[in-house]
Amino acid sequence: MGNDIFVWIEQFDGQVASPSWEALGLARQLSEALGGQVCACLFGAHVSGLAQEAIAYGADKVFVAEDATLADFRVDPYTALMAQLVQEHQPAVVLIGATFRGRDLGPALAVDLDTGCVADCTALALEEGKLVATRPIYAGKLLSTCTASGKAPAIFTTRPRAFIKREPDAGRSGEVVTMAAVLAEDAIPYKVTGFHETEGGVNLAEAAIIVSGGRGVGGPEGFEPVRALAQVLNAAVGSSRAAVDAGWIPYEHQVGQTGKTVNPDLYIACGISGAIQHQAGMRTSKVIVAINKDPEAPIFQLAHYGVVGDLFKVVPALTAALKEALG
Amino acid sequence: MHIVVCTKQTPDSAAKLSVDEAGNVSWGDSPIIINPWDEYAVEEALLLKDRIGGGKATVISMGPEAALEALKHAIAMGCDAGIRIWEDGFAGSDTQGTSHVLAKAIEKMGDVGLVLFGKSAIDSQTGQVAMQVARRLGFSPLTNVIKIVEIDPAAQTITVERLLEEGRQVVTAPLPAVVGTTKGINEPRYPSFMGIRKATRAEYPLWTGGEAGVDAAKVGAANASVKWERIFAPPAREGAAEIISADSAEETARILVDKLLAEKVI
Ligand SMILES: Cc1cc2nc3c(=O)[nH]c(=O)nc-3n(C[C@H](O)[C@H](O)[C@H](O)COP(=O)(O)OP(=O)(O)OC[C@H]3O[C@@H](n4cnc5c(N)ncnc54)[C@H](O)[C@@H]3O)c2cc1C
Ligand SMILES: Nc1ncnc2c1ncn2[C@@H]1O[C@H](COP(=O)(O)O)[C@@H](O)[C@H]1O
Repeated sequence: MGNDIFVWIEQFDGQVASPSWEALGLARQLSEALGGQVCACLFGAHVSGLAQEAIAYGADKVFVAEDATLADFRVDPYTALMAQLVQEHQPAVVLIGATFRGRDLGPALAVDLDTGCVADCTALALEEGKLVATRPIYAGKLLSTCTASGKAPAIFTTRPRAFIKREPDAGRSGEVVTMAAVLAEDAIPYKVTGFHETEGGVNLAEAAIIVSGGRGVGGPEGFEPVRALAQVLNAAVGSSRAAVDAGWIPYEHQVGQTGKTVNPDLYIACGISGAIQHQAGMRTSKVIVAINKDPEAPIFQLAHYGVVGDLFKVVPALTAALKEALG
Repeated sequence: MHIVVCTKQTPDSAAKLSVDEAGNVSWGDSPIIINPWDEYAVEEALLLKDRIGGGKATVISMGPEAALEALKHAIAMGCDAGIRIWEDGFAGSDTQGTSHVLAKAIEKMGDVGLVLFGKSAIDSQTGQVAMQVARRLGFSPLTNVIKIVEIDPAAQTITVERLLEEGRQVVTAPLPAVVGTTKGINEPRYPSFMGIRKATRAEYPLWTGGEAGVDAAKVGAANASVKWERIFAPPAREGAAEIISADSAEETARILVDKLLAEKVI
């Protein structure tokens, strides 16, 4: 095996997913210890324009495959391409952002290459010549460290926002290598026939700030002050399961064990008691603020800052104070 | 159509966990339950049987005797048969090993049109087994499915809506397929009294590796491609929240904003 680091660059509609840049940032860091080049693997229908962006974010080399069959991420053609690349070039390791698509690609690639894939890592470091990953288990109540090996380089999927993306440097230069798709359309029975964009575009996994509402908001209209607060902070709106189950807000917003795992800089919980299953999805947030009228609510055990009071008074006051402070 | 549901057992999601120096995890007297995500897979199998008007739902689990808890729950909900696949040599398998065993068992059944999975196991939290089983069997890999729009056993096709970061993708693919379910696809039913009685009386055949056609060189801790080096408790957060309280909501809000500015998170 060589000592290059491969990073899969995920794009949707010509927009690169932030976790790919984060993985590229991690790759740069690892390459200092491993030596070798950081290679970005960029597939899609119209993506060659993104190669320079990948170089700016830290790639030394970009493998570009442009083909109509690659327009949407599909497991078969993407895994076939990635497997071929890895087999030809034998890098030391493959990094993939742990998004929905990345969490399809990683394990599929592991089967094709007969190697190990460590899911959803929050840290990755070289220890005594071995890559050791840290990952949360049991809903973040415990941590584990894992290593991987096999007939091919190990694969790690990296949790969104767990690694730092570099400031893009437009002056960096790198090599672009084009390649052809491996599978033809008639060898891919999986057909994407439609797409419904999420209303209001919630991407909780990538959000730097999240304002969440729980049963305490009392009804669908109770999310209005929560949304107003989110708006001044340019934040995403989250919720507890109780609010989703009551039909006040769609499932896409749910944070927790059976919802999204999030990792923002700031998490503001409004009218959420902080059940263990809710904590499972947000406990790693950097700063947690709880607004709840019950001083005994378990969320106050986890939060960094708490306000004991009626969210219908506190949240609008906070919105107003922020408007003033942030201009 | 023969529908298979893959499930495993886990400690209750509310269990208080502890871990010793050697990395052994214990959950006190908290019960072992069916992996909560798998209830959606079981429910969907039952709904599909109604929708198609017949067929058979078999629930399978690779695991030691505790796996019976998961099988029993699925039978109590309404599945037709439960099979456990195990031998001591399977212990310590990673998702590659587990998916090999499950794929072999499904292959042995021969007539499977659909395999349903939960989103991930709440203990190891890997979420890889469904995709790896699909890849091994060459079944259509449909993960994060929030709606089965249409299933046509005659035409051998399935159309689903999948949850992605940006929205919902509609996909049509051939059967047989693997469907990884997610919350929102249905509301899992509670087992009925009759169902629980049935589950208690049911027989749960045990398949060993040999019976399922498992390659012993692909399973067990020694052959795992992912090794768990250490399991430990995360550093505890010190102290409870700093409670901010002033005479008015406005003043409280202003103090909180200052704190957040100082934390550099806004
Ligand atoms: C297997 C399993 C998986 C689960 N997964 C999830 C999950 O993914 N996500 C999740 O969130 N939950 C999950 N749960 C549910 C979880 O156990 C709790 O039931 C849920 O989180 C409670 O939501 P809540 O905090 O909004 O409601 P409650 O617990 O009812 O809390 C409401 C809070 O609002 C406060 N309040 C009320 N009115 C006001 C007001 N005017 N101003 C301020 N505060 C007010 C109350 O004091 C209370 O603390 C799961 C449960 C199970 C069993
Ligand atoms: N040992 C097992 N036996 C049967 N099904 C399993 C087993 N492990 C995982 N699964 C299935 O695969 C899903 C994802 O598990 P995991 O990849 O381990 O997070 C679970 O929700 C189950 O449906």
